[in-house]
Amino acid sequence: MELLSGADMLIRSLQDEGIEYIYGYPGGAALHIYDALFRQDSVKHILVRHEQAAVHMADGYARASGKPGTVLVTSGPGATNTITGIATAFMDSIPMVVLCGQVASTLIGEDAFQETDMIGVSRPVVKHNLSVRHPEEIPEIIKKAYYIASTGRPGPVVVDIPKDMTTPNERYEYVYPKKIKLRSYNPAVRGHTGQIRKAVDMLLAAKRPMIYAGGGVILGKASDQMTEFTRLLGYPITNTLMGIGCYPASDKQHLGWLGMHGTYESNMAMHHADLILCVGARFDDRVTNATEKFCPGARIIHIDIDPASISKTVEADVPIVGPVDAVLREMIGLIKESSEKPDADALKAWWKQIDDWRAFHGMRYETSPDVIKPQEVVEMLHRLTNGDAFVTTDVGQHQMFAAQYYKFDRPNRWINSGGLGTMGFGLPAAMGVKLNYPEDEVLCITGEGSIQMNIQELSTCSQYNLPVKIINLNNQALGMVKQWQDMNYESRHSQSYMESLPDFIKLAEAYGHVGIRIDRKEDLEPKLKEALAMKDRLVFLDIHVDRFEHVYPMQVARGAMKDMWLSKTERV
Amino acid sequence: MRRIISVLLENEPGALSRVVGLFSQRNYNIETLTVAPTEDETLSRLTVTTTGSDKVIEQITKQLNKLIEVVKLVDLTEGSHIERELMLVKLKATGAQRAEIKRTVDIFRGQIVDVTSTVYTVQLAGNSDKLDAFIQAVGTAGVLEVVRSGVSGIARGEKVLSL
Repeated sequence: MELLSGADMLIRSLQDEGIEYIYGYPGGAALHIYDALFRQDSVKHILVRHEQAAVHMADGYARASGKPGTVLVTSGPGATNTITGIATAFMDSIPMVVLCGQVASTLIGEDAFQETDMIGVSRPVVKHNLSVRHPEEIPEIIKKAYYIASTGRPGPVVVDIPKDMTTPNERYEYVYPKKIKLRSYNPAVRGHTGQIRKAVDMLLAAKRPMIYAGGGVILGKASDQMTEFTRLLGYPITNTLMGIGCYPASDKQHLGWLGMHGTYESNMAMHHADLILCVGARFDDRVTNATEKFCPGARIIHIDIDPASISKTVEADVPIVGPVDAVLREMIGLIKESSEKPDADALKAWWKQIDDWRAFHGMRYETSPDVIKPQEVVEMLHRLTNGDAFVTTDVGQHQMFAAQYYKFDRPNRWINSGGLGTMGFGLPAAMGVKLNYPEDEVLCITGEGSIQMNIQELSTCSQYNLPVKIINLNNQALGMVKQWQDMNYESRHSQSYMESLPDFIKLAEAYGHVGIRIDRKEDLEPKLKEALAMKDRLVFLDIHVDRFEHVYPMQVARGAMKDMWLSKTERV
Repeated sequence: MRRIISVLLENEPGALSRVVGLFSQRNYNIETLTVAPTEDETLSRLTVTTTGSDKVIEQITKQLNKLIEVVKLVDLTEGSHIERELMLVKLKATGAQRAEIKRTVDIFRGQIVDVTSTVYTVQLAGNSDKLDAFIQAVGTAGVLEVVRSGVSGIARGEKVLSL
């Protein structure tokens, strides 16, 4: 029988859970835990400069690997600083465990130093949260936290640990549970066969089918099934911003992504479809535009692990609750067995129509002989990295350009805050990826607004040698805000311009990194190559791009899927 | 439409606040809410009455089910059911009013559970409409204080909500 203190039990539980890295910041209420961390070396701790970044690092790792990330912070401000990161993970269903110190249980409720009700504060943005009430509970609570975070529809789980639960000289028997079972939590393991049969019949009878895949395909590790399924039927597929990479972007059946800044052909095909198969997506308002005008002629099949996602904003004709990989596998089997085949003539006509839409617009932008366009930077990066880098972004125009022009053929490589839209996400997320995938190219495409929201992490990058490449698409404005102000507020640029930007080159150098400024078009390719060749250095590329560029296509507000601006002057 | 949703909940600290939080986070109505432990001390039974379109009610039940601590739930209004609410009401009772109030209490099958020279305290159980009707019958002018428990409900017949 092994006797351990609560703090040692916590660290041992992380070891037994197979956790290699945790991201965090120490403080009073977490000091017993930090001491236990010091006395071992299998769980490695990464010290960030702000707790929000610790959560985004864990998040970046989770998105790249499909495994839960782990964060350790102290009580009060340490815990509240994690909230934006937790909300980011929650909105995108990212598995994560956040361990928070808390004041001693005897002090809770007395407004003690650095006391915050973290269970209460985090409640609306977690999948679940747990509080330790006795040190002996720690192994089971940790097991439970990882189990809940990573099964069903994944999400962040917070564990609140009062300081007296980790007291060094109080020891208890340590047993790490092998399995956990909760009577009130049983995520579906397969779909309803009757519903799946019905869905397959509808799919095979469709004249203008459209597959609409989301982040659930990536989270459910079902990209292979999604690809096999789509190729088997020969149907067009689009995906959400979160679903980028779930089907190869370079494939002919892929129409690009859909929604507010999706491709013309995707949005048109959605609007005119007679059957939509939604796989692991949630009919978000940035996809559907006005729901009452959404895809008027389409019947809808919706596969999702979370029943609450089905018929929430757009009603499904055939709901299927289950893990997407299992459901798609069953569908593939049924399609192969079926005597029915897709209607070849109808499909041919449908593809002809789609190809016409593609020819009409496709993805395009106007180039300029002397000004650098943000889109061409992304296209060049795609070419120079063979389309194989991990790309993280912040939020705004640069995020949309990155998603539009970096064509991902693999899942888990596109890493962005889709649901919450968190500026400041990109750099720490890139750090989390680089730490765990040191051999891979990791690009953080950002803007001069977003990067300043967590720029202090350049210091963490020095400490742990994280040679990410920061591509700062500098347009000297909060570009997306400015675009909306151009389009909806007669170009009144209220607070969307930042005077006195720092000299990013000197800033990068001050942290011990390399800074390169690019403002001439002819320098773009050689300097990008130069930066990418510096494998072991963090390079901050400050690229001065067209200050007046807008992101297109852009759906017309409160319109249907098909209502779009294609440029500053063309509206369809 | 008004619905009565009955929930079996893990009897743990914080579980109730998750349910209440869910309603405010997602902009759902709570008309009444009652909660107490059951014969199985690890479980609480919670009854919430709410209003909303079918679509909203479907979301409420799905979102409630998603809470880790919710073990089971049923929308009682989908089948035949019994609902009861308890009301304690203090009424001004002097002179001729005393006999009149006594008669009304008898008609509603309530009980006078406390008496002073000027006040009757009345206990009344029934569905919410009946309690409303009683208040109307005695007239709001004479009402000094009202305490209502909120609705509890149970399905008719052999249907049970248990593990």
